[in-house]
Amino acid sequence: MVKYIGKRIIYMFITMFLIATATFFLMQTLPGSPIQSYSKLNDTQKAIVEKKYGIDKPKPVQYAIYMKNLAKGDLGTSFAFKGKSVNDLLASRMKPSFILGIQAMVFGTIVGILLGMIAALKQNTFWDYGSTFFAILGISIPSFVFATLLQYYVGSQWHLLPVGLWNDGWKSSILPSLALAMGPLALSARFIRTEMIEVMGSDYITLAKAKGASGFEIAFKHAFRNALIPLITVLGPVAAGLVTGSLVVEQIFAIPGIGEQFVSSIMVNDFATIMGTTLFFSAFLIVVIFIVDILYGVIDPRIRVAGGKA
Amino acid sequence: MKNTKWLLLMAMTLVLSIFLAACGGAEEKEKDASKDGEKDGSATETPKKEDGEPDAEQILNLAESAAIPSVDSAIVEDAVGFNVLNNVNEGLYRLDQENKAIPAMASEEATESEDGLTYTFKLRDAKWSDGTPVTADDFVFAWQRAIDPATGSPYGPFMMSGTVKNATAISEGKMDKKELGIVAKDEKTLEVTLERPVPYFLSLMSFGTFYPQKEEFVTSKGDAYATNSDNLLYNGPFTLTDWDGTGGSWSYKKNDEYWDAENVKLTEINVNVVQDSATAVKLYKDGKLDRAGVSGDLAMQYSTDPEAVVQPETSVFYMKFNQKKLKQEETPLANVNIRKAIAKSFQKEDLADVVLANGSLPANFLVPKDFAFDENQKDFRELSGDLLTYNVEEAKEYWEKGLKELGVDSLELEILGGDTDLSKKMDEYFKSQLETNLEGLTIKLKEVPFAVRLELDDKQDYDIQISGWGPDFQDPISFLDLFVTDGTNNLMSYSNPEYDKLIADSKAELALKPEERYEAFAKAEKILLEDDAAIAPIYQRGLIFLEKPHFKGLVSHPFGADYSYKWAYISGKE
Repeated sequence: MVKYIGKRIIYMFITMFLIATATFFLMQTLPGSPIQSYSKLNDTQKAIVEKKYGIDKPKPVQYAIYMKNLAKGDLGTSFAFKGKSVNDLLASRMKPSFILGIQAMVFGTIVGILLGMIAALKQNTFWDYGSTFFAILGISIPSFVFATLLQYYVGSQWHLLPVGLWNDGWKSSILPSLALAMGPLALSARFIRTEMIEVMGSDYITLAKAKGASGFEIAFKHAFRNALIPLITVLGPVAAGLVTGSLVVEQIFAIPGIGEQFVSSIMVNDFATIMGTTLFFSAFLIVVIFIVDILYGVIDPRIRVAGGKA
Repeated sequence: MKNTKWLLLMAMTLVLSIFLAACGGAEEKEKDASKDGEKDGSATETPKKEDGEPDAEQILNLAESAAIPSVDSAIVEDAVGFNVLNNVNEGLYRLDQENKAIPAMASEEATESEDGLTYTFKLRDAKWSDGTPVTADDFVFAWQRAIDPATGSPYGPFMMSGTVKNATAISEGKMDKKELGIVAKDEKTLEVTLERPVPYFLSLMSFGTFYPQKEEFVTSKGDAYATNSDNLLYNGPFTLTDWDGTGGSWSYKKNDEYWDAENVKLTEINVNVVQDSATAVKLYKDGKLDRAGVSGDLAMQYSTDPEAVVQPETSVFYMKFNQKKLKQEETPLANVNIRKAIAKSFQKEDLADVVLANGSLPANFLVPKDFAFDENQKDFRELSGDLLTYNVEEAKEYWEKGLKELGVDSLELEILGGDTDLSKKMDEYFKSQLETNLEGLTIKLKEVPFAVRLELDDKQDYDIQISGWGPDFQDPISFLDLFVTDGTNNLMSYSNPEYDKLIADSKAELALKPEERYEAFAKAEKILLEDDAAIAPIYQRGLIFLEKPHFKGLVSHPFGADYSYKWAYISGKE
């Protein structure tokens, strides 16, 4: 296990390195200069400013310097936010995104699991169709549509929760979290339903029933745990979906998170910030996928990873 | 078993509640309509209340479209930054409610030498937010810092070169910054020497780049200067608070040290960044904002809202006709008759009223309306009149003549425009108007992001480009200077020696003769548009805002910073 984790961590660094390299060179193809009023500067100034930001050097040298700083954890200086480090910028914007992400993930999976279980246990009843219908809605409608609907009805029309902004404590986080949660919710509901139905038909469930175990015991102790495994597999992609969803949802609710920052930094060619946010998102995803893989082993002893026997 | 039931119930409630949310549509619309009715009623009632009495609570909530990139007056280069500066700091002059530059940090009107080259300012007894006095040295330091090439100020050299003495040489690193034409005669007297007489010089003094900075404070903060609201000093009507340097929200608090604090009524302004216009409108309707910009398609929807106000701007949009593709090969647009034909073949009123529908005005001019005024406060537009107006008959004649001169019977031209919904709609309109009115013309549309358009502009890689300009100071020259031969923003190979001479004269021998100077401008504008059709003006931009009736006294400015909150107040908010 330790060996496996060690290997995975090395892979994670290699992945990050490749992502950083690809982003760095792709970014150079963006039209325009990262310096906003470039045309207003005279040649002397251009030279000084380019030197200050280190963009006067040839691209490979810039790349080497960037990677060296990155290794030290320094993401560089923002072009758009004059003289501010990207690390600080991300730190100040991380909290809202983090809260929304966690809430959406937790709420989405828990409710999704419940819905899925109900659907499976009450197969081919009203409950089943209802929750399936709901799951299909959640999968096919993108989060920003939910965001707009929630904002319009719950916020603008019923005045139950804030329409937007991040200045009303926990209340501000509910609608955007709900909007983001729809995807994970629908996905987990569908997975759990399918798996539960399959598991419920297997021999050991029949045995459990024969043993006289209660319905509740069967559902949770036997069926549920086995049905969880495929769900955990999809948690990685679900997290990725949350990240992309947050880019738009944060904008709709005017929440000063990383997603919003990412979009606006691309608009102004803020190279350092684009790099910083991309790497941050990548690191987040890689870590989630890593955790998911580790969780496998915890939940299902059959999948104790490579060399588990040794 | 009991547990399963409980579980079922919970899940059912959840599902039901969301179904309900999805089904509530029709009902809600009715409710919405009745709410509008109520609003109409209250709007007619408000005037009954005595106007003007400020409320006890003076807190304003606003939205900005972007975060603050910087509040260092030497570095600021964007609309948000200049707006913040104007409200938390103050220069020698400030634009007043009528947008006239009046003494601010200066205690009285500056004295101008006879040759128009030297200005002497007396400073008033004003204080920084830390209680120390604002001195002449603070201005000297700030200006020198802005022109020093090492600072990398985008606006320092841009505003000072060719205006303030020695600025050009210093910005190119050929002279020490101490040689800049600004001297502190004593603690409260400032003497500025210019390179040439600049008739609009005093209005420049209200521009952010010319604001003071306290040397001791700036040096002691070093790199941390202006990186958050604690690392700044304020001498304006408000202080900036709760700004962490990159965040999406900040506040203004009334500055009690401000010299004119008794006339500042607002105690607090809370600002949040809201990029999405639809969100801003929802927040506004929910009472979370006192003012919200309505852009794009929303503008048309809300233009009839009782709380909608049109804010005319001084940005003018026009078609640039590229005469030399990639600066080498002559295009069909090098033919003046072709240019005139295109410029006269599209209806501007419909474009402004129906397509844009955001308060924009059709433009038959380059220098905008309500922007520049002569000695007698007469609008420059009255002096210069309408030029290059829409006329299909004439357009067709020019078109045939042009085609004959080129020896062709059809042309294909490309229109380069922006990629926003509104720009695309506008481009479609041009395509249909031009192709209908000018036989044999095919228009190709190319819609690209702003940065790409700038790059293509720079390379002169386009035929016709939809472009615009907002002024940096209050004088027709801010617009007319764009199209002199080889001007940095010309980028379409337009050149007319007569035009160049008029512009050059206005900066030299006519500089101290306001009347003749304005005549020269009018003549130049006529050459540019009526004679040469170098560009085809389209519209002067307007913006639509929703503004709560209780929000009063907001002043918007035609150049530099967008707004002053100094005179704003809340009155009649329940």
